[in-house]
Order: sequence, then structure tokens, then C-alpha cells
Amino acid sequence: MKKLAVPLFATLAAIGLAASVYVVFFVAPLEYSFNEAGKFNGSSLFLNQKIMYFHVGHAFWLILAVVVSGAGSLMFLRTRDPKWDDLASSSTDVAVVFGAVVLVTGSIWAKAAWDVWWQWEPRLTLSLLLWLVLVGYVLVRRFAGASGDRIASGMAIFGMISLPFLYKMVGQDSHPAAGGNGVVATLPPGERGPFWLTVASFLCWYIALVISRVQSTRAEREVRELRERGLDLGVLQ
Amino acid sequence: MADLMALFRHAARVAWKDLRIELRSREIVYTMVFFGALLVVIYSFAFPKDDRAIRGSVPGMLWVSLAFTGTIGLGRAFDRERENDTMRALLLAPVPRLEVFLGKALATTALVLAVAVVCTPLLAVFLNAPLFAYPGQLILIVVLGAIGIAVVGSVFAATLLKVRSRDVLLPVILYPLLVPLFVAGTSCTAALVAEIPNFDAAWYWIQFLGIYDAVFLVLSIWVFESLVIE
Repeated sequence: MKKLAVPLFATLAAIGLAASVYVVFFVAPLEYSFNEAGKFNGSSLFLNQKIMYFHVGHAFWLILAVVVSGAGSLMFLRTRDPKWDDLASSSTDVAVVFGAVVLVTGSIWAKAAWDVWWQWEPRLTLSLLLWLVLVGYVLVRRFAGASGDRIASGMAIFGMISLPFLYKMVGQDSHPAAGGNGVVATLPPGERGPFWLTVASFLCWYIALVISRVQSTRAEREVRELRERGLDLGVLQ
Repeated sequence: MADLMALFRHAARVAWKDLRIELRSREIVYTMVFFGALLVVIYSFAFPKDDRAIRGSVPGMLWVSLAFTGTIGLGRAFDRERENDTMRALLLAPVPRLEVFLGKALATTALVLAVAVVCTPLLAVFLNAPLFAYPGQLILIVVLGAIGIAVVGSVFAATLLKVRSRDVLLPVILYPLLVPLFVAGTSCTAALVAEIPNFDAAWYWIQFLGIYDAVFLVLSIWVFESLVIE
């Protein structure tokens, strides 16, 4: 079962992604609007709107990844059981990638919709700052040597606690379709099916990535521990 | 109550130890302050100097100086413990780790404040910035900022003690976590030096930073013990 998890979720993600590319581009309606004279409205996004499926699909699981790595770090510091650190650091690795996707796709969309690549708008600011904490975590994890796991989990916990401050700091939100009804409620009906399909495939993708990353981190750690034991016993040079 | 008094006494003793070493060598204070002064000179060349531009950019200059000099000071303050391998002795002291941590944070706060005491008047003089129009609020926000930098910084400088690339990693860890502090500091200073000062905004950011400091102080005390192990 454990060996099957990665291939299973990777296959699901591959099928889901292929299907969602088809559905998003050929089934979901194009977004355009007419003005009163019957001409295309200048604000029509046409194909540019399609990037939303991939943007929000990643953003959803970015949040999950961050929660997992925060909780994993907390458990690691409490129990000192390295399996929690494996989970936290793997999830953060994936979160950095997902965060990069969210920022880049969002930026492309913003160029089409707002005519700027970047705007210091609350949700963008918040995602960027969160992403910086994540990148810091990965750097520490990688370059801080043997105590990197401890320091990185400390950083994750501090980062978690600073989120409400960041949230309070950035102020009011003007992100598209993020009002009281949430993202999904404001979607036109024809876009909901494709939307949930992409979201589900990216969840499978996230799970596959995290599990395989956890397995390789654990293997790395076990090899290191074995080597240290060998050195201690004098079997290895 | 007696415990609380002992806590403060021990923390003050650790802090006084650090400050006394510093008073004898003056290494960190001199280098930090000189570095801060150099930054101010560079700002004066790097930014436009008309009145409106200065009012807009001087809060950023002040807080960037505090961030840079703070990281340098933190690195050196803890390097000292590493060079003589005294961190272990400090942690072995028969007092709770929390008191050691508070002492280190207290000493670092003093160092950051020493820089602020020099940099702020220099900025006001060189750039002709109205920084001291409302000294009470400014002092309050700078003190709160120094406490925040010192508290969060001491936790991570102490954990990074034995790490080879600690000089690079300290800002990598610290700056993302301190963003709310810098935003609060610059926003409050900006509200105070604006042509029409906004006291409501200034007071809001002072409270914000006060809560930030309190939360991170509690968190640091809670995490310090499990993070800093020899």
C-alpha cells in the first residue's frame, strides 16, 4: 500500500491534469462581456481568464501545504520525532514550488486584467511575504547543517504566529471574486465543474509530491544515521 | 513574587555581563554606530533631498538602518559566546534558560538603541528631516522596534551559534519574520513626519508593535528552550 501511494496519486494527477486541460480550454465558457453597443468590452479577458483554474488550484493547496508544515514543525519541536520534520520539510518544499506557481500565474493574469505585473494589493503582499518565509525555511533547512531541522521548525512556528500580524498589516482586500461569497460562489455555473476538476487534480499532485519527498527525506536521514553509527562503531572510515 | 524578582535579577545580571564586556572593548557599539552613520551618509547621496521626498523616505532610512545594524550587532554579540565557548557555560548556569534568554535580549535591545540614538539625530541633521517634531511617539516606536528586533533576533542568533553560514542565514531568517515590525515602524514614523501628522495612525502602529512584541516575547520564551540545545 505504501509503495503504491506515489504512483497512484501521480497517475490520478496526470489523468486529472490532462482532463482538466481539455475541459478548461474546450468545455468551460470563454469569459467575455459586451457593452451596451454590442461591442466587446475592453475588460474582456478571453483566454487569459483560463489561468485562474491553475492559479486558484495551486493557491488552495499552497494553504494546505503551509498548514501541514506549520503543524509538522510544531509536532517536531514537541516530540523530537524526526518523522514530523520529514513531513514538515517535504511539505514546505512543495509549498515553495506551489507558491512560485501562484505568484507567477497571478502576475500573468494581473498583466491582462489590471495591466500591471504586480500590485501591492493585500493578498499579493501577503502571499509574497508568506512565500519569503517559506524560501527562508528551505534555505535554512539546506544550509544550516545538523541543527537545520530545529532552526527551520522554529522559523516555521514564528512564521505561523506572524501571519495574523501580516494579515492585519496589509489591510483591506480587493482581490477579484474574493468577497463574502468566496471564490466558488461567484463563478459562473459553466466554470464550476472544470474548476473543481483542476483543484482535485492538483490535490492529487500535491499528495504525490509530498509522499515521495517524505520517502526520500526519510531515506536520506536513515543513510546518514547508519553512516554515523558505522563511524561510531569503527566499521566505516 | 520572589521568583519574579529573582527572574529579573538573573536576567539583569546576564545583560549586565554582556554590557560590561561591551563597555570594556566597545567593539560592537563602535562598529555598529559607525556603520549606521555610514548608511546615513550613503542615503544622503542616494535619495533626492527636497522636502517632500525626504518626508517620504526618511522613515524607511531609519528602519533599514536599524535592521542592518541590528543584524550585525546580534551576530557579533553571540559570536563572542561562541569564540570562548561560553554559551555552554551560560546554559549550564543554575537558572532557568528563560532568564538567560531575557538577559541576552535585554543587552541586544541596549545595543540597537545605542545605534538609534546616533542614527536618528544624524538623519535629522544631514537630511534636514523633521524627525523630532513629536519626540515622545518616535521614542516609543523606536524602543518597541528595538525590543522586537532583539527578542526575535536573540532566539535565532542563539540557535545559529554553531552553524557555519550563520552570518548569511541570520538575515534570511530574521527579515521575513520581522516584516510586520518594519512596516509598523515605518508607517508610524511616516505618520509622524508627514506634513500633516496623523496621530491616530501613529498610535495604531504603536499599539500594533506593542502587541507584536508581547506575542513574540511569549513565543520566544516558550520556544527558546527547545530550540537552543548544545
